[in-house]
Amino acid sequence: MITGFILRALEGRIVIAVGILVAISLVVPALNLLLPSDHPFHVPTYVVSVMGKYLCYALLALALDLVWGYCGILSLGHGAFFALGGYAMGMYLMRQIGSRGVYGDPILPDFMVFLNWKELPWFWHGMDMFWFAMLMVLFVPGLLAFFFGWFAFRSRVNGVYLSIITQAMTYALMLAFFRNDMGFGGNNGLTDFKEIIGFNVQADGTRATLFALSALFLAVCLLIASGITRSKFGKVLVGVRDAESRVRFLGYRVENIKLFTFVVSAMMAGIAGALYVPQVGIINPGEFAPANSIEVVVWTAVGGRGTLIGPIIGAVLVNVGKSYFTGAFPELWLFALGGLFIFVTLFLPKGIVGTVQHYLARRKEFRDADGAEAEAGMTAKPQAAE
Amino acid sequence: MTYRILALLFTLFAFVAPSLAQDDPRELINALGEANFREAEQLIGQIAQTGDARVVPMLEAFAEGNLFVRKADGIVVTAKEEGRNLEAFDALTGESLGEGPKAAFTKIRVNNNLRRALRSALGGLTLLSPDRAVRLSAAQAVLQSPSPENLELVEAALAKETDAEVKTRMEQARAVSLLASDRSIDEKRAAIETVASLGGREAIGILMSASNSLDESLKPDLDTAIAQIESKLRLWDAAENVWYGISLGSVLLLAAIGLAITFGVMGVINMAHGEMVMIGAYSTFVVQQVIRTNYPGLFDWSLAIALPVAFLVTAVVGLVIERGVIRFLYGRPLETLLATWGVSLILQQSVRTIFGPTNQEVGNPSWMSGSFMLGGMTITWNRLWIVLFALTIFFALLALMKKSSFGLQMRAVTQNRRMASSMGIRTPWVDAFTFALGSGIAGIAGVALSQIDNVSPNLGQAYIIDSFMVVVFGGVGNLWGTLVGAMSLGILNKFLEPSVGAVLGKILVLVLIILFIQKRPRGLFALKGRAVEA
Repeated sequence: MITGFILRALEGRIVIAVGILVAISLVVPALNLLLPSDHPFHVPTYVVSVMGKYLCYALLALALDLVWGYCGILSLGHGAFFALGGYAMGMYLMRQIGSRGVYGDPILPDFMVFLNWKELPWFWHGMDMFWFAMLMVLFVPGLLAFFFGWFAFRSRVNGVYLSIITQAMTYALMLAFFRNDMGFGGNNGLTDFKEIIGFNVQADGTRATLFALSALFLAVCLLIASGITRSKFGKVLVGVRDAESRVRFLGYRVENIKLFTFVVSAMMAGIAGALYVPQVGIINPGEFAPANSIEVVVWTAVGGRGTLIGPIIGAVLVNVGKSYFTGAFPELWLFALGGLFIFVTLFLPKGIVGTVQHYLARRKEFRDADGAEAEAGMTAKPQAAE
Repeated sequence: MTYRILALLFTLFAFVAPSLAQDDPRELINALGEANFREAEQLIGQIAQTGDARVVPMLEAFAEGNLFVRKADGIVVTAKEEGRNLEAFDALTGESLGEGPKAAFTKIRVNNNLRRALRSALGGLTLLSPDRAVRLSAAQAVLQSPSPENLELVEAALAKETDAEVKTRMEQARAVSLLASDRSIDEKRAAIETVASLGGREAIGILMSASNSLDESLKPDLDTAIAQIESKLRLWDAAENVWYGISLGSVLLLAAIGLAITFGVMGVINMAHGEMVMIGAYSTFVVQQVIRTNYPGLFDWSLAIALPVAFLVTAVVGLVIERGVIRFLYGRPLETLLATWGVSLILQQSVRTIFGPTNQEVGNPSWMSGSFMLGGMTITWNRLWIVLFALTIFFALLALMKKSSFGLQMRAVTQNRRMASSMGIRTPWVDAFTFALGSGIAGIAGVALSQIDNVSPNLGQAYIIDSFMVVVFGGVGNLWGTLVGAMSLGILNKFLEPSVGAVLGKILVLVLIILFIQKRPRGLFALKGRAVEA
């Protein structure tokens, strides 16, 4: 069954995308680690980290595309799942610091010592074990998505209303995580990480490995998303997006279909967050800011929603643009981002990939039509293609 | 105990030796030079008993630490420092006695006990002043530092008093002093009631401190009086919370009401709504700058001038946004959400580029600053004005929607665009002006919010989520829903705050709304009928 799932997932474009991702997961670390630093093809470590960050964003955009592009749920709170996954990873990394913190407490993270806490809060227990923390990376965003979706989809909260309450959700979480007594480091969040499963977080090798993992996880999630959307379930999903009530009348439990997709997507976002944190070195409540979640929407929209590959391209392109603009013309970045929002919604509603696809399909149509005509003229066979 | 005996002695002394004292309190004053703290305290009481108005400046000087003994002859004088020298004045008449080196005088030291004694003595003495305000503040002073010595002065003053307000205050002062004295139990019982009528935490404090020295039989009276005051205080606290809630609700109403038009009536998710509010606030800032530099006399009118300016500026910006972006996106609410978010980013950055990222100072006109008391709660003028202003805007808008032909066209276009168009309504024109109206009202809200919040490029962001919550909670397309939504969210917030803290309160409200939307996905006052699915 699983092989069937994967085989179906491997449609032409996806094969290429997965191939590229696997290739860069091997090539970039190799160029970084094996070549001497003065070699023209050497990739500096900071570039590896920045590219790893983009891949995490791409994974987040892919997760959003799964619910928005295929299910019609415009979630303005996907940053929350991303941040929760990030916090789970951050808690693990925090526990790994051990007694190397500023206050040297072997168990309590610095900020807890600072706030005069005597023992670890219950939700920090077990986070020193890698497997448990990684389970939480999936479990916590999944659980939130489950409860949120359970309430929302069952009572048929739809469209704009759903967008607004997802935004309220991430806003409420942001306010909560800013509090010092929540036990997540308040304003400063979690930072000052030392090592991950025994490897130094700052070391070149670790960074290259994290980059490779980001690329591979992105490839795997792309396969899963492709498998979901190309299965029969995926067709129903698109049905829900385009005509929800008709699908309901056909006897499908629309709320369960949405809930499943939403939870899977939230888990992907959680993975993205978990990969993001060790590469960036910090997680703080700012990640819950509604503006961040909306930015994810623009990456997806720029690349093309409902295309799976589009959001990956969009996330990377927009973030490369962001890095450039915030470096070269810091004043201009918000103008550029705002303009991009308007431009894409007005002129590129299908995004880059969607528009290219549309263009190629049109050209193919014309060419087929021309070819058929020519053929018909030559051999007088009235056989036209589609 | 000794204190009470002494107090008794003074009263006796006051009766025995009035003739001696009334002629000239000079002897008493001079005795201060040799007295220790406790004796000085007695002397102050005696000086006050003379009832001689001339001693007031001297007592005041004493309280300020400007009373000295001239070493040469032991005479007590008031004095003022003049560099290395002191200029001495006669303690009673205030005539100058010439300058002398500091070393020739010894300062009479004051401690807190003495200060208290001085304050009550002064309070007692000024109770008879011909000036009403002075009498009132004197009664207040006695009230705050009660002493049995003053009791008779207060009673004497009370007998002559005609002004009702001063009289009540004096009666309260008398009651407070009486509790500490050794009058009969019945009088004290009456005094407890009088103090209880004072109300507030202050009265509780007085009664609590009196409870130690009072007779056992008065305990139940005391307890009921305290319980009475406390229940009254609780009521006032609740009233204050409701008021704060209403004032927060009006702020929410102001921020959300423009959104209720663009979102509720037009179905356009205007994420740039918060930026319209911000532009309104910045318009106020600009207007005030112009007035400050050119016509400083008009400053109190600055808000009145800023209102139409802000309305016009934001309405024009809204019109441009509608014509430039939104008109291509009708019927696709999620797309308007994205596009207007882009607009909001651009507007924010523009304001940041023009005015800088820091907070701008917007002044309060004189009629908006200060506060007044209403029973047991303090009401600030700016909050009161904002509540009134929000309600005015609300009803004006309601009237516009229900009574004007533009409102009629607006509702027609909302309900059935094609039919409205067939009836000859120019729907694009109505769309554009509806959006401009919503934006203009956001701008007006900005004028009001500039008075209570920081004017910064992030001003709009702070309100946008709350505004959406209000509109969604109240029910889309219904102005009354917006009013009820804003007020109930405001009041709920203020009642949650004391028990769980401001941030947690806000989170709880958000969670409650999310749960509420499960129950009623279309808000408190949902539209019914065919218009719903459109």
